[in-house]
Formats: sequence, C-alpha cells, structure tokens
Amino acid sequence: MADIAHLEAHAAHDSAHDNHTPTGWRRWLYSTNHKDIGVMYLWFAVFTGIVGGLLSGVMRMELQEPGIQIFHGLAAMVYGMDPSAGEALDAGKHMYNVFTTAHALIMVFFVVMPATMGGFANYFAPLMIGAPDTAFPRINNIAFWLLPPAFILLLMSLFFEGTGPGALGFGGGWTVYPPLSTSGHPGPAMDFAILSLHVAGISSILGAINLITTIFNMRAPGMTLHKMPLFAWSVLVTAFLLLLALPVLAGAITMLLTDRNFGTSFFKPAEGGDPILFQHLFWFFGHPEVYIMILPGFGIISHIVSTFSRKPIFGYMAMAYAMVAIGFVGFVVWAHHMYTTGLSLDVQRYFVAATMVIAVPTGVKIFSWIATMWGGSITFKSPMLWAVGFIFLFTVGGVTGVVLANAGADRALHDTYYVVAHFHYVLSLGAVFSIFAAWYYWYPKMFGYMYNETLAAVHFWIMFVGVNLIFFPQHFLGLAGMPRRYIDYPDAFGFWNRISSVGYYITFVAMIVFFYATWEAFKRKRPAGNNPWGDGATTLEWTLSSPPPFHQFTTLPRIDSTKAH
Amino acid sequence: MAEITQSTPPAVNRNNRRVAFMGLGIAMGMVGLAYASVPLYQLFCQATGFGGTTRVATESPKGIIAREMKVRFDSNVANELPWKIQPAASITDKIGTVDTVNFVAQNLSDKPVTGRAIFNVSPEKAGAYFNKIECFCFTEQTLQPGETVDMPIVFFIDPELDSNNELDTIKEITLSYTFYASDNEGS
Repeated sequence: MADIAHLEAHAAHDSAHDNHTPTGWRRWLYSTNHKDIGVMYLWFAVFTGIVGGLLSGVMRMELQEPGIQIFHGLAAMVYGMDPSAGEALDAGKHMYNVFTTAHALIMVFFVVMPATMGGFANYFAPLMIGAPDTAFPRINNIAFWLLPPAFILLLMSLFFEGTGPGALGFGGGWTVYPPLSTSGHPGPAMDFAILSLHVAGISSILGAINLITTIFNMRAPGMTLHKMPLFAWSVLVTAFLLLLALPVLAGAITMLLTDRNFGTSFFKPAEGGDPILFQHLFWFFGHPEVYIMILPGFGIISHIVSTFSRKPIFGYMAMAYAMVAIGFVGFVVWAHHMYTTGLSLDVQRYFVAATMVIAVPTGVKIFSWIATMWGGSITFKSPMLWAVGFIFLFTVGGVTGVVLANAGADRALHDTYYVVAHFHYVLSLGAVFSIFAAWYYWYPKMFGYMYNETLAAVHFWIMFVGVNLIFFPQHFLGLAGMPRRYIDYPDAFGFWNRISSVGYYITFVAMIVFFYATWEAFKRKRPAGNNPWGDGATTLEWTLSSPPPFHQFTTLPRIDSTKAH
Repeated sequence: MAEITQSTPPAVNRNNRRVAFMGLGIAMGMVGLAYASVPLYQLFCQATGFGGTTRVATESPKGIIAREMKVRFDSNVANELPWKIQPAASITDKIGTVDTVNFVAQNLSDKPVTGRAIFNVSPEKAGAYFNKIECFCFTEQTLQPGETVDMPIVFFIDPELDSNNELDTIKEITLSYTFYASDNEGS
C-alpha cells in the first residue's frame, strides 16, 4: 500500500523536479540528500578518526618505555610549568587520563557510529531497499549537523578545568563513573563532555528514527522484510538498539549533571544515592552500544563475502535473525561489566550464562560467512581481504569475550590490558576493519572512481600486521596483571609494551597508505562503471550508475518474487 | 530534496509520521525508565538486601542458633565533617542474639555540626540478614562544640542466614558506617 503510494509520488515528482541539483556550499549545508549526507558523515568520521588516532599515538609513545616520558613535558608546555617539577608530573598523569577518555569517546561516538550508522547506513540502506531517499530528509540534515557542534563541545571540554586548577579536561574514562565524574571533577570539563554526549545522542536518535521509518515504509514494491539485504537488516536492528539504549545514557548523564550542578543526589551516598546505580544505567546503555558499533559491520561483511565468493549468503534467515537475537540478548547482559562490584553469586551466575548465550547467534554468523565462502569462486579483491581479516580478528575478540564472560576469570582480568585487548579486537579491529571493507567495497559506487587495487591491498596488509602487533601482546600484559588506565608500569611489562608501540607506528604507516590511496584514486579518476565487482554483487545499488544520480529510482525497482537478497 | 516529502501523498506522510512518533515515544519512554530505575533500584535493594542493604527490624528474632558470628564495626568520616568517631569493638555471639553496641562520636570543632551516617554490610550478601532494631543511622544528629555522644546500635542476625549456602564459610560480618556532614545546619 505504501509502496504503491510511493510509485505515484515519484511519477509526480519526476515530472516536476528533474535534475534539480543544488550546488556549492548550499548542496552540503542545506543537504536533504541521503547520499550527500552519508558522504559528509564519512568525511567527518575520517577527520575525527585522525584526532582519535593521534591521541592513542601519544598514549602508545608514553607507554613505549616504563617511566613517564611524554606527558609531563606536554603538561609543562600546556600549563607553562617547569617540566622537571612535580606539579608537571601530576598534570601529566591527569593529561594521560584525559587522552584515554577523549580517545574512547571520540572513537565510539564520533568515528565508528558516524561512519557506520551515519555514513554507510544513510548512503546504502535506502539504495538497497530501492527507496528514492530517506523518510525524513530534513531530520537527516539536522542529525548530521548536530555532530560537529557535539564534537566541538567534546574538544572544548579538554581545555576546561577538570580535577582542579592546572588539570584540564575530564580524565575519568568513557564510562564516566561517579564519584570521579561528580565530586572528583568539580571543574566544568565534565559538564562539557556531558553536553557533548547529549547532542551526539540526540543526533543518533534522530538518525535512528529516520532509518527505521525509511526501512519500514519505503521499501520498493516486492521488497518484503524477508527479501531485504542483510545490511538493511543490520541497520534496522541497530537503529532499534540506538532508540532503546541511548536515552538511558542520556538519562544517566543528566542525573550526573544535576548531581554536579543542581544539588540532586542520585549517585551521592551521603544523601541516600548509590553510585553503583550509575554503573547499572551506564552498562544498560553501554553493552547494547558495543553491538550498535559492530552490527552494521556484520551486514557489510555479509555482502562483501557473498559478492567475492559469487554465492548468495549462506543461511540468510538465520543471519538476519541472529542479528535480531544479538540485539535482544544484548540488553540483558549488562552486569557482566560489573562482576567486581559485589553482585551476589546468583546474579553473577545469571549474567555469566546470559552472556555466553550471545556466543550462539554470533557463532551462527561466523559459520555462515565461512559456509558462504565454502565452495565459492573466491576472488581476493581488497574488500574481501578486509572482510576475511574482519572475520578472523572479530573471532579472536569474541573468544576472549567468552573468557571474560566468566565471573571467576573476570575477577582476575577486570580492568587489565586483557580487557583492553578484547574490546580493541572486536571494535578497533572488528568494527574498523568492517568500515574499511565497506569503504573499499563501496568507494567506486560512492565516488565513481576505482582506487588502485595494489595500494588498497598494501594498506590492508600493513594495517593487519600493525594492529595485531598492537593488541595481541596486550593479552599477555593483561594476563600478567597490568592494569588499564595508568601512565606508568613496572619494568616487567616493558617488553610487550614496546612491541605494542611498534605496532602503532606500523598502523600509522598503513594510515598514510590509506590517505595516499584515496588521494591517488581522486587524482587518476579511473571510471569504475556501474558494477565493478561482477555477478556476485546483486544488491540494488549496483544497478545504478557510479556515483548514483542525485535522485535515484525515478521509477521504483520491482523486486522479483523468486530472486532473493 | 525537500520536494520529495512535499509531493508525497498524505497517506505516506501519515504512515511515516506514525512510525517516527512511535520511535520518539520509545526514546522518551526509555528516558523515563532510566529515571524510574532510581526508586525501583532502592526498593529492590531494600527488598532483597542487594548490595549490602540492611534490614530494619521492629521485633526480636524467632530464636537463637548454635552457630556463632563475629560482627566487626568500622567507621569512616568524610573530610568536611570535623568529627571523631570511635567504632564499637567487635563482638562475637550466637546468631539470633540481640546485641547492643556503642559508637562514640565527638565534635572536634567549635561550632555545632550536623552529621549523618550511611552504612553498609560486608559481605554484601549478609545484608539481608542483618537486622537493626535501633540505630543512629536513620536520623541526623547535631553535636554541640566539643560534645561527645554515644551512638547505640541494637541489632541481631537473622538465623535464616544459616540456610543460605553462599554464606556457609562466613564467620565475620562487618558493619561499616560512613559519616557525612549534613547540609541542614543545627536541626
């Protein structure tokens, strides 16, 4: 019914507004075009990714050797202190924590989420379901333009007083636990960070509502939910997770804000509050948040594996509902982040069991990807390299996740580098590899040019070696008992930290290759053609020109009832 | 462009709007739930002893059993409260016995100061069995300059504790108080 209405709508629309393309800055600032907005999200994520990546670089340089090498000098520069003074050392330690916090918040809220749910979801979910645009183009515009101010607020927070005079920025980690985030940071830095998260949260919620409406109401005739490509499925599930999880974070940080500034006592024990309650609220958001970051990647990888194996994805229905299941179960496992807060044994037993259950749908996905490749006619083009790299790295991270799910093991590993290694394997390597996979898969579609395949492969191999060198040794450090969030460590941890830092430098080289490859592709302007990937690429975006016309699907595509996904 | 939405027939617009408002409703509902979790969490802790929340008893226990339990007392004073607290000495007694102990508080400043105590039991699982009949923790107290007062606690441990397997190895329970300055001066 809605589909027919659309068809009519577009017949009417075509005659009236063909080739109406805004130009110059108006095209971008006022943009209501899902493809332009998607591209803006991607460039935004590239920019913030540079900032977040450089922050971690300074951290890795600091941790390269035992002792404090970098940050007391940085603090001395920023505050004009004498570098050899004790106060510069203290300020440096605080600054290290500020860097850690900013790195995490930027990577989570301003790199991965804008890239996947902002960029690729905006650009490709409507194309894949045969829609001319998203349901609410203006809301889409607002959602994007809320992000830069949110990012600026977060950057501003770095330059306001945190724990006290001579200690700028918030250094309490991305989890912003009270009391460190309330009485521990009396300065306005934390307030700026809270406001930044509020604005970023509103942006994501608006984006989620827009995508849900688009996917529910604007699918092309014949495109039933069970014929919908898996990336669109992943976007739908992720949008629901955003809708259910982000408001809880918004509520929790609003409570922090009022506790800090307006005399409420949600988390102040002195007045009957409970700081542990914040942890429950935070992780009720925080755990689904990690699936928000990885689920779109699952969708992307499915398409790439299928395209370059020249086979339909194995177990389509199981793949779609595995994502739904991961989304559901993701909401009832939050306290596995809180095993050391004194949960009773029964509560711990429940959260151990529930957490382990997530391994089942995740396993369904991993094995279905492998089964898709099995017997396929595989070509290892660069998107496929990234996709296979993703499957490998995500599985490693998933396995350490199962280890950490055990309350007994977690008691020893909590807040060690083992946890750092685990979540970087699933997010920094998992989610980021899926983003690069999508970048190289859809680059010819988005920009119309073909990149240099060799450069893309070189980027992959250098990065693969680099990130593994960063994070695999961190398992050893964690098992040996090295705690997270410290600027310094005993000499015994020196060896693997040095290796880990070398891994960062290798990854840095990989990023230079990435930027060079992107620049090279824009410079050489090799036309990509509608579908550079051949028969394996079956989704609707490949039926359009590269880049697609400003308004696509002037006549809506009809989806054949016999051909699926 | 914007024209797309404007030229879309009303039926589609209505449909889109309905989904969008449902989405918005879900988001608002979740903010509401986040706030509702505050009283719910408190109720939950009081009902189950979750997180070491103790019980307030109005009557004496049903009986005394042979198992003994050592109860230790501990106190912490927040920086802004100029009080000195002497916690009660630890006490070992049969489970179910009603015991009375005294904390001693002294105001070290030359001004009347109002303080207030919050408490917690460790191991947290034992909180549900720790019953206080009388305790200073429920009220704010004002101490005159230099004044010293006894703060009595009358408590017993519920013999039901013995049937909880998780607490089989527990021979000691610690009742810890943290004293904070109260904003209400001189009540």
